[in-house]
Amino acid sequence: MMEEFAPDRIVEPLLVEQAVPKRRGYLFAPLDVPQAAPLDDVFARNSVARLPEASELDTVRHFSKLSTMAYGVDYGFYPLGSCTMKYNPKVNEVTASMEGFTDIHPLQDEDSLQGCLALMYRTLKDLSELLGMKWGSLQACAGAHGEYTGLKIIRTYFLHHNEMGRNRILIPVSAHGTNPASANMNGFEVQEVATDERGLVDLNDLESKLDDTVAGIMLTNPNTLGLFEKDIRKIASMVHEAGGLLYYDGANFNALMGMARPGDMGFDVVHLNLHKTFSTPHGGGGPGSGPVLVKKELVPFIPQPDIVYHEDSGKYGFKWNEETSCGKVSGFWGNFLVVVRAFTYILSMGSDGLKAASRHAVLNANYMQALLKKEYSVPYDVICKHEFVLSLSNLKERTSVSALDIAKGLIDFGYHPPTMYFPMIVHEALMFEPTETESKDTLDGICKAMLQLKDMAEKDGGWLHDSPHHAVIGRVDEVRAAKNPVVRY
Amino acid sequence: MLDAIGIGSLDELFDDVRQAGCLLDRPLDIDKGRSEEQVLDVLRNLAGLNVRGISFLGAGSYDHAIPSAVRMLASLPSFVTAYTPYQPEISQGVLQAIFEYQSMICELTGMDVSNASLYDGASAAAEAAALAIAEKRKSNKVILSATMHPFAIDCVKTWALGTGREVVILPEKDGVSDFSMLGYMLDEGTAAFIAQSPNRYGYLEDFTGVADKVHQNKSLFVISSDPLSLAMQKSQAEWGADVAIGDTQVLGIPMGFGGPYCGYMAVTKPLMRKIPGRIVGQTVDTEGRRVYVLTLQAREQHIKRERATSNICSNEALCCLVSVIHTSLLGWAGLKEASNQSYCKAHYLCDGLRKLGYEAAPGFAPFWCEFPVLFESDADLERFVSKMKAEGIFSGVRLSRLTRNDKDALTLLVAVTERRTREQLDRYLEISKEAR
Repeated sequence: MMEEFAPDRIVEPLLVEQAVPKRRGYLFAPLDVPQAAPLDDVFARNSVARLPEASELDTVRHFSKLSTMAYGVDYGFYPLGSCTMKYNPKVNEVTASMEGFTDIHPLQDEDSLQGCLALMYRTLKDLSELLGMKWGSLQACAGAHGEYTGLKIIRTYFLHHNEMGRNRILIPVSAHGTNPASANMNGFEVQEVATDERGLVDLNDLESKLDDTVAGIMLTNPNTLGLFEKDIRKIASMVHEAGGLLYYDGANFNALMGMARPGDMGFDVVHLNLHKTFSTPHGGGGPGSGPVLVKKELVPFIPQPDIVYHEDSGKYGFKWNEETSCGKVSGFWGNFLVVVRAFTYILSMGSDGLKAASRHAVLNANYMQALLKKEYSVPYDVICKHEFVLSLSNLKERTSVSALDIAKGLIDFGYHPPTMYFPMIVHEALMFEPTETESKDTLDGICKAMLQLKDMAEKDGGWLHDSPHHAVIGRVDEVRAAKNPVVRY
Repeated sequence: MLDAIGIGSLDELFDDVRQAGCLLDRPLDIDKGRSEEQVLDVLRNLAGLNVRGISFLGAGSYDHAIPSAVRMLASLPSFVTAYTPYQPEISQGVLQAIFEYQSMICELTGMDVSNASLYDGASAAAEAAALAIAEKRKSNKVILSATMHPFAIDCVKTWALGTGREVVILPEKDGVSDFSMLGYMLDEGTAAFIAQSPNRYGYLEDFTGVADKVHQNKSLFVISSDPLSLAMQKSQAEWGADVAIGDTQVLGIPMGFGGPYCGYMAVTKPLMRKIPGRIVGQTVDTEGRRVYVLTLQAREQHIKRERATSNICSNEALCCLVSVIHTSLLGWAGLKEASNQSYCKAHYLCDGLRKLGYEAAPGFAPFWCEFPVLFESDADLERFVSKMKAEGIFSGVRLSRLTRNDKDALTLLVAVTERRTREQLDRYLEISKEAR
């Protein structure tokens, strides 16, 4: 199925290519009960799966080698905008690997689950306070899953209020791509709201789109340009006046912990990304966790089962709200071991620590923006929140060096590139989010590299078109990958 | 730093928030911070409140053996603390591991294309329904077998709620799908038929002729299967399915109170550009070396926005790494052995219970590693479960726990993995005898 490559064209062979017949990496104790009668032919599998045949050491060497060709926060600075790649404290990993959590079956009796349930209850309580919401659910497994769940709660709310005509969700043009996709998954019609010259929601455009077919608006605040939506209270009253609800995409909440609360701004439904703001690691793309928190009127509609505390017995338990709940969104109770990490973080940081984290995240972003705007163009030159966007349009026109080239150039300096070409309303965008866990030295270092890259662009753009020069591999042929897909061995 | 920014204090950074009238004017009502030792104490106490036992619980989460090397390798910091591999030059390790995972899923299911994971098996059923509705024009209905895991049915119903999409349930008979009804239910608006084997009771479904029936109606056939069961039972491809889904928890992922797990989805080639989620593909770099990169991204939300096939962005990458490491260590021989041992031990226990007069696996269909035991009264079941519990044995999952339906209150689902020893099985039977 796969094409042949000469050995010197292979960076690390697949483990299956290194197979030695009959070699095994794990052995079971011999079967200690009688061999049962085989499955009837109707049910029995006929085909063989081609899998690695490797010893434990072969397997360890292979995946260790692969791990050297990956880049994590533990290795260096990761200023990916809107991704909040903060350091993941090691104590989180220790608590999440306690056997009293890892070895617990989700369907044990409630009285044997009191620790898990208490942890979930306390996490929801702290998150509700942090966001100014009433209560919520931990069942969603990632940010986009939280969006899907939050919008489903809104759907269910209107279903119960006999307002099924509310079928439109308003979303700013600058929004994360997951927002419109989540609305579509819920069968909503998506309508875009313009951004004005301040980089904020265009109130006139919003006004013109509000009527009794609007279910709600999805906003990120600070928005994807890193700017605080200053008119948020006005927006909230406009949307509420029209009978709609406000959805808060918590991807950017790292800017505001302890400083401002979506609930106070007028939002009705919020999702958070525990793998961003609450320091749980990204794992190469997941698992995350996307808790959804809501105002009082929406609590009956959150996914079931709810986690409850019985005052009389002092016990925690599940509660199924069949009549009103929007139902289930994942197999069991959500990504519990991710929640353990986030709870560990909240306990460690405490109220003051969380607030300090956000203040320093904003400080770091503004410091970087101040250093970079001397040489690069900043489309919205104001105090930002936790992230900011550069536009390299001018540089590209002058030197043909693009945002992509500069991003790839950063790899040669040992940094992970920032988010590229997002938000879409900024041309040749590079979006930086330094987070609070990086020191001033680190920020100075990357800013220096950015200035050097700009010099190189002016002098010898060609060199940057081919960057990175010091990575394990060069730039990849993405067109070939998509045109002629090879997606398995 | 403040000088560089040109401000006098940190507070000035939040002037916009203050002007908007949004500044929180009081401290949060959350505990003060704790030292690492204090945090560990709190968490140890909480973990200590949970009770661990010898588990015969299944119903979507199983206590299989996990090689030590799995946990150690999946803890390597460059895997754990990496973001989604958007930058292939510094992400080859993550990309290649996912490519090997996709290949492993394709080998097990017999399908052509796997994605790089979904959240879990239950939500994968909803994603499969969404894929089918998007694939078949003017369809708005999916048929689910009544024998699917109740929580998977719940997830699909939630997906349909309030959207005009319709979920219809194919009835069951003797613990398996009643396919005699399927022909009547398939109609023009039907996008897919989704079923599960081993099903909610642990029985294997006989899908003979089902694919033809579904395909004649131009609908998609989706089968959810425990991937370890595929080492013994027919793969989704062998049954003629278009979409294979399930959960790889059984491949190295700890029970962890229900998550994180790892949903898998694999499809036939014609559906390659419809499958949700990320896909890693092979290509070459500037030097002509074989390299890997995220591909077919035109399907995804960051490009297609409201026209994307799914909204999924973060997936369960680290869990799919766990499963590919686990599967690499075991190999096909090891998977077959784990699968067969679970099968034999489950049958040993079931036979023992039957000899004691229990109504164990009363259906006609074969089962793999899980089977239902029917009790005559609530008191009988309660006595059975509590006697076991007193000896540190979690004897099974009451089906009504999943369905919230009284008609299932007397059914106990008993799961047996290769981890259970002869001694534990015999002890289970002894207590069963006492509880009789």
